Amino acid sequence: MLKVEEQTPVQFSSELLAKFDDVKSRYPEGKHKSALLPLLHLVQAEYLWVSTPAMDKVAEYLNIQPIEVYEVATFYSMYFLKPQGKYALEVCRTGPCCLVGAEKILSHLETKLGVKEGEVTADGLFSFRGVECLAACGFGPVLQISPEYTFYENLTEESVDKLIEDLRTKS
Amino acid sequence: MSRKLLLEHINVPGINTLDVYRQKGGYRAVEKALKTLTPEEIVEEVKKSGLRGRGGAGFPTGMKWSFLAKPEGVARYLVCNADESEPGTFKDRYLMTHIPHALIEGMIVSSFALGAKVSYIYVRGEMMPQIRILEKAIAEAKAAGWLGKNILGTGYDLELYVQPGGGAYICGEETALLESLEGKRGNPRIKPPFPAIAGLYGCPTVVNNVESIAAVVPIINDGGEEYAKIGIGRSTGTKLISASGNLVKPGVYEIELGLPVEEFIYSDEYCGGIANGKRLKATVAGGSSVPILPANLTLKYANGEPRLMSYESLSEGGFATGTMMGSGGFIAFDEDQCIVRNTWNFARFYHHESCGQCSPCREGTGWMEKVLHKIEHGHGSMDDVDLLWDIQRKIEGNTICPLGDAAAWPVASAIRHFRDEFEWHIKEPIKSQQ
Ligand SMILES: NC(=O)C1=CN([C@@H]2O[C@H](COP(=O)(O)OP(=O)(O)OC[C@H]3O[C@@H](n4cnc5c(N)ncnc54)[C@H](O)[C@@H]3O)[C@@H](O)[C@H]2O)C=CC1
Ligand SMILES: Cc1cc2nc3c(=O)[nH]c(=O)nc-3n(C[C@H](O)[C@H](O)[C@H](O)COP(=O)(O)O)c2cc1C
Ligand code: SF4
Ligand code: FES
Repeated sequence: MLKVEEQTPVQFSSELLAKFDDVKSRYPEGKHKSALLPLLHLVQAEYLWVSTPAMDKVAEYLNIQPIEVYEVATFYSMYFLKPQGKYALEVCRTGPCCLVGAEKILSHLETKLGVKEGEVTADGLFSFRGVECLAACGFGPVLQISPEYTFYENLTEESVDKLIEDLRTKS
Repeated sequence: MSRKLLLEHINVPGINTLDVYRQKGGYRAVEKALKTLTPEEIVEEVKKSGLRGRGGAGFPTGMKWSFLAKPEGVARYLVCNADESEPGTFKDRYLMTHIPHALIEGMIVSSFALGAKVSYIYVRGEMMPQIRILEKAIAEAKAAGWLGKNILGTGYDLELYVQPGGGAYICGEETALLESLEGKRGNPRIKPPFPAIAGLYGCPTVVNNVESIAAVVPIINDGGEEYAKIGIGRSTGTKLISASGNLVKPGVYEIELGLPVEEFIYSDEYCGGIANGKRLKATVAGGSSVPILPANLTLKYANGEPRLMSYESLSEGGFATGTMMGSGGFIAFDEDQCIVRNTWNFARFYHHESCGQCSPCREGTGWMEKVLHKIEHGHGSMDDVDLLWDIQRKIEGNTICPLGDAAAWPVASAIRHFRDEFEWHIKEPIKSQQ
């Protein structure tokens, strides 16, 4: 996690707060804490990571203690507690995908992007990491790209190269 | 061709839309259930069908429904388990991607049977595209009057919501899922009480897998007895099998339970054999948590009789020579694959996914990962194999939830059937790295 003093305060937009309200309406009276995981996803989709000031704001919105948000954000693997690349690539590294070449894809990404797992490229565009089974084992190797979680199957080194070039051109 | 109840229309263009799904007979089960059956009669049909939970435990669905407590004035919930994270399992994602309305139709019928007015589909957070698909389908169904207030003028109200998880395998365990749905860490609760007595917000709750709920649709359309005619013995109906690994045609297949394993692996209707002309070395037949079996025991029992794809047949021989149906994640390993490496990979998975509540699981999974890493990377000693055996035995049965067992079994079975491969890694550290 970044030190709190390095993090900028946030102000949620009214559009984001409207989305919060919609999520909150899905649960019975008094059970609004159920909205926590979906709200953190909305925050991450907006800022590409979940900062401490943002978590504090979510706590304020749900009228719960900040610690209740921190313990959830740190338990689950999807919430980024520090900034990532604009495109955060996540490659499945679990058994079935490894039987069909996932490890090669991971090391290829390291070479191609010139950064190690968890680091961000100098232009801020890319980061990557290995994640556990993504429920697409018959179509491996696979990767997904947050924040949209677009999904790519049956990867080869060539298709990964093309994907990265396409994303570079796009931005 | 075997009968298809869930995937019959999978290749119909536009089957993900309400219109096409309706043209293919969709939502008939809702009409029949809400207009002509009582909730009790629906539960009875599901009991007659013999349907067993498709999430992995195989508990009879109708019986679970009949256990649901019904205290006066207390809400009841149906929660669909779409957390699908078991390595080797990808059938629920497939079904939701291609035929989302099959799940929604099943949710409406099942919610009506259980008396739920609000139901949730808990989808693992990584499946954002599927969450968008489901939300769109729910909006379509609602606009057409299949959801919301006074459905089909019957006075029955139902709201259906999709809840994303945050990335945690343990949230597939039903009580961890409920904690997560309440906005907390996914720490499993001690059972009993089962969710049927005290579940979401402490209220009576049924948690069912995506495939179990989708199977309620054909059961209501054709009747429980018809469904029970398919399959073999207590393994009734059809089952989605996720096939992965070194196969000619990996993918999701709907089989009639009782299909010979050999036919599933080698026939062109299913997996089409082992890829690249190689030979089968081993399989994990029911998702990463179940024991691994060498090829000979996959295809036949120890006494030489053919093994079938059914709950009973896959577990024939117990842990000595059998395995389990589990969630139907069928992983095939060809002759070039390294069992030690895969065992290490799975151990890393369970260590990563342990919620940390129980010491045997939290510490034991970490130890197993370390020791296996050591052996796989050529630094093991003979004592390490016994150490591994000892650690897995101390986890099994000593934890709050079955993730501990799930971590122990792959290690135990790999040592049981492939001990020589572990020893070879230790004796030949250099060769085994190549
Ligand atoms: N699909 C997947 O991704 C995964 C599936 N699994 C499977 O999960 C299985 C273990 O699941 P558990 O839920 O721990 O098994 P379980 O046997 O405790 O329960 C199975 C179902 O029956 C219900 N039940 C059992 N006894 C009951 C009673 N007396 N009254 C009311 N309800 C009752 C439970 O509430 C639950 O819904 C494993 O066998 C494994 O195959 C494990 C990991 C991942
Ligand atoms: C560690 C663990 C993970 C599980 N993951 C899932 C899962 O992803 N999907 C699922 O349906 N059941 C999963 N289960 C089983 C559920 O606890 C529960 O038995 C199931 O959802 C009940 O539905 P069913 O009766 O329709 O199978 C898991 C169990 C354990 C112990
Ligand atoms: S067995 Fe493991 S995952 Fe299950 S409750 Fe204990 S520590 Fe958590
Ligand atoms: S192992 Fe990679 S998606 Fe399941």
